[in-house]
Amino acid sequence: MEIDYAFIWAGIIAFAVLTYVVLDGFDLGVGILFPSGRSESDRDLMMNSIAPIWDGNETWLVLGGGGLFAVFPLAYAVIMPALYMPITLMLLALVFRGVAFEYRWRTQRWKRVWDMAFFGGSTLAAFMQGIALGALVQGIEVENRAYAGGWWDWFTPFSVLTGIAVVVGYALLGATWLNMKLEGEVQAHMRRYARVLAIATLALIGVVSLLTPFLDIVYFQRWFALPGLAFSLVMPLLLALTTWKLFTGLRDHHDITPFLSALSLFGISFVGIGVSFYPHIVPPELTIWQAAAPESSLKFALVGAVILVPLILAYTAYSYWVFRGKIDPDAGYH
Amino acid sequence: MPYGLTAEILARSQFAFTVSFHIIFPAFSIGLASFLAVLNAQWLRTGDETYRLLFDYWKKIFAVAFGMGVVSGIVMSYQFGTNWSVFSDKTGPVLGPLMAYEILSAFFLEAGFLGIMLFGREKVGNGLHMFATAVVAVGTLMSATWILSVNSWMHTPAGYSINEVGQFVPEDWWAIVFNPSFPYRLVHMTLAAYLTTAFVVAGVAGWHFLRGTAGAPTRRMFSMALWMAVIVTPMQIVAGDFHGLNTLEHQPAKIMAMEGHYDSHPEGAPLILFGIPNSEEKRIDYAVQIPKLSSLILKHDLNAPLDGLDTIPEADQPPVAIVFWSFRVMIAIGFAMLGIGLWGLVQRVRGKLFHDRWLHRAAFVMGPMGFVAVLAGWITTEVGRQPFTVYGMLRTSDSLAPIAAPAVAASLIAFIVVYFFVFGAGTYYILRMMAKVPGTVRLGLNDGPIRTAGTTPVQQTPNRTNPAE
Repeated sequence: MEIDYAFIWAGIIAFAVLTYVVLDGFDLGVGILFPSGRSESDRDLMMNSIAPIWDGNETWLVLGGGGLFAVFPLAYAVIMPALYMPITLMLLALVFRGVAFEYRWRTQRWKRVWDMAFFGGSTLAAFMQGIALGALVQGIEVENRAYAGGWWDWFTPFSVLTGIAVVVGYALLGATWLNMKLEGEVQAHMRRYARVLAIATLALIGVVSLLTPFLDIVYFQRWFALPGLAFSLVMPLLLALTTWKLFTGLRDHHDITPFLSALSLFGISFVGIGVSFYPHIVPPELTIWQAAAPESSLKFALVGAVILVPLILAYTAYSYWVFRGKIDPDAGYH
Repeated sequence: MPYGLTAEILARSQFAFTVSFHIIFPAFSIGLASFLAVLNAQWLRTGDETYRLLFDYWKKIFAVAFGMGVVSGIVMSYQFGTNWSVFSDKTGPVLGPLMAYEILSAFFLEAGFLGIMLFGREKVGNGLHMFATAVVAVGTLMSATWILSVNSWMHTPAGYSINEVGQFVPEDWWAIVFNPSFPYRLVHMTLAAYLTTAFVVAGVAGWHFLRGTAGAPTRRMFSMALWMAVIVTPMQIVAGDFHGLNTLEHQPAKIMAMEGHYDSHPEGAPLILFGIPNSEEKRIDYAVQIPKLSSLILKHDLNAPLDGLDTIPEADQPPVAIVFWSFRVMIAIGFAMLGIGLWGLVQRVRGKLFHDRWLHRAAFVMGPMGFVAVLAGWITTEVGRQPFTVYGMLRTSDSLAPIAAPAVAASLIAFIVVYFFVFGAGTYYILRMMAKVPGTVRLGLNDGPIRTAGTTPVQQTPNRTNPAE
């Protein structure tokens, strides 16, 4: 049997993007929730809970972009110009929130400024990622191996909606993460936020899911034909189970269950998007095979991915293990 | 757009601006990561607290510089697509996998172990902490290796064919990775990073000597930095010479521009020390030159003929003035570094290393010069590759994304404003930390136990074990 390298790579890129979304999702979420910290020390704790791991999380975004360039160069060459403004704004936002981790400890007078940068940067980056997702779902015009649409095509009510959905969803991830990492009053505070955000996230997932088939009839058909059909049948069940776990976990003051449930919620939604997209990588024009690099590139890069990705996962897990448990308010990182 | 600001010029300006800002941080963090690994190893080996003080001091500075490197680097990984999409489509099959290897083998490594290096000594113990510190240093070098392979391929493409849609298709990965200019560029840049860091360290030490605040840690780092200067600068000059000969072989037009050779010299070319390139008349005005020396340097023969830009079609020539000047700036700084290294060696032998105020002044002034030299060197090689992105194969004007000029102009302005604001602030914080001596408890303002009005900031007391577990 012929090995379908493009298909394998589509799986790896999807995995990288999902990993990015859930990992940076919770740390961007902490940024989105930052102003809700009631005191200086609450905010210090919130930031310290992610200080040792955030740049590892963001590296998955680099892998998403760099990986696309490596194995689906045509998709990379089409998507980036199509999303020129949202991508540029996201990058600038990430600059602001990334430097805030170090800067806010280096100044007293400007601490507020970097707090704002952390909040604003995190929120804008999340919003632009949501917009990018919405714009991609809507479809991108391609002609002669290049983007052929206009400069504001990405800006529609639907993409704004997905933008809001991602901000709210990331905030949910952040709230459940903080519920896991903090103790006492702050934790209770975050738990209350998590409940509200969970309701809002579910509502937004519902609205986006209902609207998606109206954008392109193909999405609708994919959900009611195999292999999508199998997923359409299982999805409500998984969703119900996850939702139940999330709310009971919050009710019973569990530390870890709500966070894992929120991650699952993202996982399920992500697979749902995958079902809508497949076999396209840039709907409605390019399939994964049309956008794929020549086989020699796919093979060469695959050797590295097969060896290195498991290693990365192992030492990333180790790093999380080192910094596991509740944050000690008396022993911060700075 | 007014003033001939085409989308191409704007996109090139944006790339030049963002990559120039970015390269400053890796140039510093590659050297600093290795320096930190050495300091920590020395502390573990000798138990000398001076090393530990220096490690903790430079670690804080490293954290800020590394953070700036990360965020400015993310921008780079997307800019190939946003502004150079045709380039990305065509070269992705060759360059993309190399970049993927950089991300997989270096970026994750650095990010994964940085947290432990910065915050984890108490949690994992000295042994694993040393391991993490060494891994971060190795990660920075791996990263340099891959990205320089990518960059070198753009100068000296090899190991590819071209397919029916005009993409470069890999044929021989060994030839691609180890393309002809890669080994030279790798050595030259790695040494440059080490030198840049050494001179920053020496510059900071010089400042504390001049202020009269120098203690044992300052003397130790000054001594280490000047050893680096005297050993590495000669190596760098030799490496640079080899790199130049390699460029002459593969990109002669770049050498012609660097040397200011508009005309061919069939009987030995002069070395132009200074002068003003006149692109209208195609000559160097007010040239101060040494006859036949250029032929001696480049061909190792006084009378060897050297071609000039008159042998290159006008449309394939790089801009001479920029390359001519940036090259001279780099060379001048290189020789100044050599001078400081030798001066330091003489004073060391005479036992006056810590007492020669003029040496301390000179070291202070030379502190930031490594960055200038790195930028000048990169400008020389990158502008010298023009008008191509892939030398001889793909023109810059054919690499551009279909983005209208106003959109690029808007993003360029945004990048300029944000970078100056954000990285300006970061540089200020770094300088403020450098102005304090190693061993300062509150180096980064908030790292010592302080209790300001009404707040109880999270603090870390030095050497304190963490009871969190």
